[in-house]
Amino acid sequence: MDSPPATEEHAPEPRRYGRKLFLATVVGGVSSLYWGKAAWDHVTGVVSPVASALAPIIPTGGWRIYTISGHLPGFDPATWRLTVGGLVEKPTSLTYDELRALPRVEQVSDFHCVTGWSVNNVHWAGVRMHDVLAQARPHASGHALRFVSMETPYVDYLTMRQASLHDVMLAYEMDGKPLAREHGAPVRLVIPEMYGYKNVKWLQGIEVVPQLETGYWEELGYDTDAWVGRSNGYGT
Amino acid sequence: MKRFSAMERLLHWVNAAGFFFLLVTGLILYLPSLSVLVSRRQTVQGIHFWGGVGWLATLAAVLVLGARRLLATARELDSFDRDDLLWLRGRKTPQGRFNAGQKVNAVLTAAFTVLFGVSGLLLWFGEQDTRFRFASTVILHDGLMYFALLLLVGHLYLALIHPATRHALRGMTLGDVRVEWAARHHPKWEPEGVRIDARTRPRARWRPQLADADRSRRR
Repeated sequence: MDSPPATEEHAPEPRRYGRKLFLATVVGGVSSLYWGKAAWDHVTGVVSPVASALAPIIPTGGWRIYTISGHLPGFDPATWRLTVGGLVEKPTSLTYDELRALPRVEQVSDFHCVTGWSVNNVHWAGVRMHDVLAQARPHASGHALRFVSMETPYVDYLTMRQASLHDVMLAYEMDGKPLAREHGAPVRLVIPEMYGYKNVKWLQGIEVVPQLETGYWEELGYDTDAWVGRSNGYGT
Repeated sequence: MKRFSAMERLLHWVNAAGFFFLLVTGLILYLPSLSVLVSRRQTVQGIHFWGGVGWLATLAAVLVLGARRLLATARELDSFDRDDLLWLRGRKTPQGRFNAGQKVNAVLTAAFTVLFGVSGLLLWFGEQDTRFRFASTVILHDGLMYFALLLLVGHLYLALIHPATRHALRGMTLGDVRVEWAARHHPKWEPEGVRIDARTRPRARWRPQLADADRSRRR
């Protein structure tokens, strides 16, 4: 009773907050192309205990499963062999047990996909490249290795130098368990310095070849030297 | 009484259908367990991409077809008056045809659609050309999925379950709502030609004079 009734004249103009919210969201989203990954890496460090609790429901592990063919190659320990051939003195084929009998090494390294996702601190176990190659004794004329996947026609290449980096391995265990089918069972190549497409899954053969050739994804335009952060349009 | 025009409903359902289609095909690409189950990644990726292109094109076509009516809707969604801002802070102030929460939902949904489109195109073309490749595109696209899903869960709860609001579903399917429901939940919405009978006005909540006096006292 002591204040005058509000009238239309006194009512403030409606604000155009709708378009502001719209623009702010779009601009924020587009700008996240530049800061999103850094922010996400920061957040995952903080929330990882929560994330591991949710792991069965949502893929907080960060892995995405990329395949190029219609079905995932299967692994039968009775018939699977890892062949080592090409320019070698003694072409060899290893059974799964023979591979596991070679000196075992473990390492923790990060895995980066060229499409932008990463999985940090993956615990690998397997064998070093030279322990495998030593079985076949490569000729000096062989300057590169061809890695053949059971998922045809997937192949990729590394130079001998690249393959002898200290943390390159053939991994048969991941995070304490035998390598799962979707991760390339029974054994995959691991080269942490390079993007995932060089880390050939479902390995069935290693061939010593004269020089580097074009792998599966390189045919589709990706860089042959797939250094993390220094190839495929990143960091250049 | 009429709440949503045919064009508004068409836009809503085209958006909804597209979202669910892309959610399902996208999850096959995203969740390892589903990727392993389906495994034809290249095919699914193509379906997802062209589905997305079709979705955006259909939305654009509806926007063009219904431009005049939908522009008026956009203007409604754009403007937030004092009651809207108080409503967002939890006050039960009288609302128009859209309440403030519905405005926020619509605006965010529109912005997410743009961002889904931008990040999706970047993912597709980034695979072929490094100029379109950003380290964070995939994070933006996936993050949007989580935000959109949160929004959707709230939206579905209010549209299907919450007793006070679920009558609104009729407005979005058949187009019309009960006059007394509108008077109770959207008292400031008074479309031309609809007389809201005093008897149908609900008991306490709808008291425009009292609400106005209340507001001027706070001022």
